[in-house]
Amino acid sequence: MARVKAKQDRKITWKEIKRQKSLLIVAFFVTVYGIIFYYLPLAGWLMAFQNFKPKSGLLGSKFVGLDKFKFLFEDATFIRAIRNTFCMGALNLLTTTVMAILFAVLLNEIRSKIAKKTVQTISYLPHFLSWIIVTGILHDALSSTGIINDLLLRFGVIDQAINFFAYPKFFWPIVAFANCWKETGWNAIIYLAAITAIDPCLYEAASIDGASRLQKIRYITLPGIKPTIMILLLMNVGNVLNAGFEVQYLLGNGLVQKVSQTIDIYVLNWGISQNDFSLGTAAGIFKSVVSIALIVVCNQMAKRAGEERLF
Amino acid sequence: MGKNKVKSSLESKIFTIINVVFMVSFVVVTLYPVLNTVAISFNDGIDAVRGGIYLWPRKFALKNYQTVLAMENLVTGAKVTVARTVLGTASALVVNALLAYVVSRKRFLFKSQLSLFWVITMYVNGGLIPVFLLYRNLGLTGTFWVYVVPGMVSAWNMLVLRTYMLGLPDSLEESAQLDGAGYMTIFVKIISPLCKPVYATVVLFVAVGQWNSWFDAMLYNRMKTEYTTLQYELMKLLSSVMQQSGSAAAASERGAAAAITPLTIRAAATVVTMLPIICLYPFLQRYFVTGLTIGGVKE
Repeated sequence: MARVKAKQDRKITWKEIKRQKSLLIVAFFVTVYGIIFYYLPLAGWLMAFQNFKPKSGLLGSKFVGLDKFKFLFEDATFIRAIRNTFCMGALNLLTTTVMAILFAVLLNEIRSKIAKKTVQTISYLPHFLSWIIVTGILHDALSSTGIINDLLLRFGVIDQAINFFAYPKFFWPIVAFANCWKETGWNAIIYLAAITAIDPCLYEAASIDGASRLQKIRYITLPGIKPTIMILLLMNVGNVLNAGFEVQYLLGNGLVQKVSQTIDIYVLNWGISQNDFSLGTAAGIFKSVVSIALIVVCNQMAKRAGEERLF
Repeated sequence: MGKNKVKSSLESKIFTIINVVFMVSFVVVTLYPVLNTVAISFNDGIDAVRGGIYLWPRKFALKNYQTVLAMENLVTGAKVTVARTVLGTASALVVNALLAYVVSRKRFLFKSQLSLFWVITMYVNGGLIPVFLLYRNLGLTGTFWVYVVPGMVSAWNMLVLRTYMLGLPDSLEESAQLDGAGYMTIFVKIISPLCKPVYATVVLFVAVGQWNSWFDAMLYNRMKTEYTTLQYELMKLLSSVMQQSGSAAAASERGAAAAITPLTIRAAATVVTMLPIICLYPFLQRYFVTGLTIGGVKE
């Protein structure tokens, strides 16, 4: 009944339009803005099917069908970029999620309120630093005179300083570590909030039954935050391909190019530096389409498993 | 029973020890690199290249800071960064709040359509190249406004604000309307004062993003030295250090003439850049925690 009434209320009448004039004006301007800045670039996708020349414009450029995509998939650099983006994205997602959960669960077990607050405040710090600063700091720590080489030399693990940035095998772990260092404390915020929402009676009941702290974590805390873990994983899987730019761009160098180049860097190299707008756009479209497909697939999988969904 | 209790208390003790070790190493790993950078920034340039500086400068010097504060490009970058942070944050707050207010009105005619219109932008976007060409055609590239205008509306911030506004009681709006207040009066006089905490959250997110961004400066204003930003200048310093790190000896030779090296200069610039954030963020904790929790449950 109430629902029907609400529907009637929202019928478009002159009286209602006049009443909402100010709302409609705001909506109009924001929509115009949205069309220009968010929807108009989508028209640029046409470039991927053209031999786009800025002089002839979007309407005057020659259409070449799927040529640009064909070039992409025959280009070994692009195939490598796909592999690098996926692997680093997946590795980052896995390590940052595990670290955030571990940190949240363990922090929750700290009894002293002051210690808890202090550790948590410190843990947020890196999130607020830019990637420029983080990669700079990391570069210092891993340099030949940095703390890592210093420690390894001192404990006799190695007898000569290693230039970590010169070996492809170190690159992915360094990127994963950088992500963990920057985001663990921040990502843990949501898990901590989820842990707080768990009914304390469950822990009391478990204590009476003689459960140890580890058992309580295993059987109460982790199942309690499972829905949160699932929904965050879902949200982030769609972003796996988007997580491949800043660190890789800032830490990559000629020696590790084969493992450091991601799709975004490929787009930047071809689209901006080489001015091949069509090829850059094609690579960008590939990324967007795969991202959306990933989100949809994950959502379906979660639906089947009976977990929470994004939409 | 007694035995069990002893066992469980022993287990609990071991757990506590492991936990404390974990937390201490976590704090050390998080803080050490930052403190190390601070120490290097206060150290003499040539001396620092030798390495072995940990938490305290070995040969104390203020020269790095004097150099950094006198570098014209860094000073320009700092001014631009402050300007974009202030203007970008203020405009983003006003526009996002207005939009969130509109879509959270129960009687608004296009409530669901307008929300959907913005939610779609979270998942689909044109990508780097079409956006680059759009900004060029709009005449935004090569201007200061490329830092402010494109980021004015963000679907995520809008949704956080909307969720908060939807949580306010409807009766506030209704009673104000009975008193003859229009929608904009209600927004300014009634809703906005109640939204202060969530406004603070959005301000924090946008301001940090503005302060830290460098890519737009590199992409759109590479040639315009007057619109460079602090982070972009820092990035240029970083790449000069990285190029030299292969030959530390060469760096120290070159440094001998100037008594400063890119290493210490960059450390000083890094400290200057992160100082405002480090000083401010601990006091804003409660805002970003609420913001994230709202964002997390928005669906």
